[in-house]
Amino acid sequence: MPEIFSEGFFPNINLQDETNWATDFVRDVIIPRLPEAVAGHFPVELGTVLVMVAFAGIFVAVVPLLPLVLVLAERKVAARFQNRTGPMRVGPWGTLQTLADGIKLIFKEDYIPPQGDKLLFLLAPYIIFACSFAVFAAIPFGDGIPIPGDFNIGIFYIMAISSVIVMGVIMAGWSSNSKWSLLGSLRSAAQIVSYEIPLGLSILTVVMLVESLGMQQIVASQDGGIFTWLIFRTPFTFIAFFIFFISSIAEVNRTPFDLPEAESEIVAGFHTEYSGMRFALFFIAEYANMFAVSAIGVTLFLGGWQGVLPGYDFLGGFPGFVIKTLGLVFLMMWLRWTLPRLRVDQLMNLCWKYFIPISFFNILGTGVWGLIFRHDDVWSIGISCAIIYVGLISAYAVAGRSLARKPEPQPS
Amino acid sequence: METTQQTESKIIELKPFTDEMVVNMGPQHPSTHGVLRLELILDGEVVREAIPHIGYLHRCFEKHSENLSYPQIIPFTDRMDYVAAMNQNWGFCLAVEKLMAADEKKDFAVPERAEYLRVLICELNRIASHLLSFGTYGMDTGAVTPFFYAFRDRERLLLLFEKICGARLTYNYIRIGGVSEIIHMEPGSLDEQNFLDEVKDFLDYFEPKIDEYNDLLTSNSIFSERTMGVAVMSAEMALSYGATGPNLRGSGVDWDLRRDEPYSIYDRFDFEVPVAKDIPELGAVVGDCWSRYKVRMDEMKESVRIVRQILAEGLPDGPVMADLKAVRPPKGEIYFRSEAPRGELGFYIVSDGTPKPVRLKGRSPCFSALSALQELSRGLMVADIIAIIGSIDIVMGEVDR
Repeated sequence: MPEIFSEGFFPNINLQDETNWATDFVRDVIIPRLPEAVAGHFPVELGTVLVMVAFAGIFVAVVPLLPLVLVLAERKVAARFQNRTGPMRVGPWGTLQTLADGIKLIFKEDYIPPQGDKLLFLLAPYIIFACSFAVFAAIPFGDGIPIPGDFNIGIFYIMAISSVIVMGVIMAGWSSNSKWSLLGSLRSAAQIVSYEIPLGLSILTVVMLVESLGMQQIVASQDGGIFTWLIFRTPFTFIAFFIFFISSIAEVNRTPFDLPEAESEIVAGFHTEYSGMRFALFFIAEYANMFAVSAIGVTLFLGGWQGVLPGYDFLGGFPGFVIKTLGLVFLMMWLRWTLPRLRVDQLMNLCWKYFIPISFFNILGTGVWGLIFRHDDVWSIGISCAIIYVGLISAYAVAGRSLARKPEPQPS
Repeated sequence: METTQQTESKIIELKPFTDEMVVNMGPQHPSTHGVLRLELILDGEVVREAIPHIGYLHRCFEKHSENLSYPQIIPFTDRMDYVAAMNQNWGFCLAVEKLMAADEKKDFAVPERAEYLRVLICELNRIASHLLSFGTYGMDTGAVTPFFYAFRDRERLLLLFEKICGARLTYNYIRIGGVSEIIHMEPGSLDEQNFLDEVKDFLDYFEPKIDEYNDLLTSNSIFSERTMGVAVMSAEMALSYGATGPNLRGSGVDWDLRRDEPYSIYDRFDFEVPVAKDIPELGAVVGDCWSRYKVRMDEMKESVRIVRQILAEGLPDGPVMADLKAVRPPKGEIYFRSEAPRGELGFYIVSDGTPKPVRLKGRSPCFSALSALQELSRGLMVADIIAIIGSIDIVMGEVDR
């Protein structure tokens, strides 16, 4: 069977892999049920692709429900932070509020700026929408849940696809023919392009340890309970996780890095001129993105769908994966409703002067660590956890003092 | 020879043509604090020039006043600085009272009880105003939550104001010769006791909250980065632009009319005047956005202190309104200034002895502060413009009048 596909009609799909679930599905389920005359000639690769498309269809139908929940969650979380109740009218405890908003947005006027570039204006939301959902194709949701895009280059694919989003942002900003939109989109371009570097470099530390780009392989390498999660594997991945997390907040344009849509500065940034369903697409994409980057973070650093304890299913499987991901999502919401916004130059400083050098240091460190220890050695993990522990304690001792409430400067 | 020419002609010179972009910020903009319009000349993110255009909220208040009797003007002052309307009422009433005091034939004094009520309510109003400033400043710098905290507390104050004068925003409470008697609290009555208890409850609740807000926003490192050292207004600059109030004290000038030119009964209270100073360990420079903001935060504490002193003394007995048959100031002119939350609020009144002023001019602290914006914002970034507007704390109703 492999030799049929080695040349491959679809070279990007990992058909060489014997365990490709879609091919298995075609061979085990579809072909036996076909008439014998057809079965021998059934194009397995075409069938594989069709099965994948069908599964992706289910995905595309289900995943948009996610932002529906997340938007409501954000509003409720924000309300809690701000001594409010949040939406309470539509449905029990306002649970159907997002649906009502969505319906309202569908019926709103679809305004297209007459002076703008109509084609780009119409295209931009779809590009962003499509890209943010394409990321979901490669996320391993759980044990036994097939990944539509189960590539051996999964994380690379995700990075590539999510970079295209910035194109949609620039298109939206440019085609709106609004100066605020233009400013927003240029900010966005600068920001996303910059933060992709520390993001990619932190991912690289994980890839170095696992020696694979495949998402399933990365998850499979963290199967020994919480201390084999890649965040604790070396002290460098521990740092890399935080760089990854902060950079991913910047990637999805959320506070404190929400400059592209900074309401108080540039109105609504690149989607100022959008209304109705097109605006809703941006909105949905933003929340889908948020979930996606959190899911990637969980996959890379927090064990994916692997449980906390080896052998037990506690916080494992699909529910465990979703809980961990929602934990990161909640952290993002928490930050958003607490922190002010950085300025453009401070944003760039943070990226280029701190994150990128630290990321390079991480890569170097991970490489050296890999030379010294076998990567899943118990000793290696023990030493790593000890270093992290000592590092945290000393960081608290040094920084905690200055972070504690500063003596109130009393103007006389 | 020919080949050289050909190669030379093939050289494409890279002359990127960049132009400055003119952007109108406002009058409809989320954070220009009303209907301020700024003409921004941008070089990328850098602001080459920010030219304020005002007048979008101009309601001819001063001209209008010439056709109204003095008590009728008070509601107009409500609509000047509508977030600190009590202080505006007071400023105007003080000016008229001083003008009337020049008339020796009339024996006229504001009752003691009214003075205490005035100070009480105006200091609470100052807190409400600074709370709004704090909340919107958080919003301007991107933190939404302080806004809700500030409005939660301001709401309690507005309920108190509603209790004492029936209005939440435009009070028309302080009248010439006293305060409004519409909702009259008999001295020593249960109503009065309830009201004072509620004020005390609020102060007990609110005073620790100031520290909480300082923890949440003032000492937040992103907030400090955004505001410390940004748009430094030196003391000379502040004086030459006529900046007053927290903006002036934020520039390190120790000047507060309540202390230095005490009017009403301010000389009886013990309070400090917060003045900004350099805090090198934090990075704050006198005159930057953070200092102006911090002065407001500290002033709230001082206002709490003043109100506590009033509560400790208790309101004196007596009427709340002087025995005035008609408000008819003698011929003459007066300029009187008082310390409103946003700075020195002055009223210049020319009277010809009739019940209507011949000319009335309001000296608006926000207008003077706003005039410094153009110089402050030169060479900074778009986000800094928002930080400056928030830190000089303008209310367009007062700028335009």
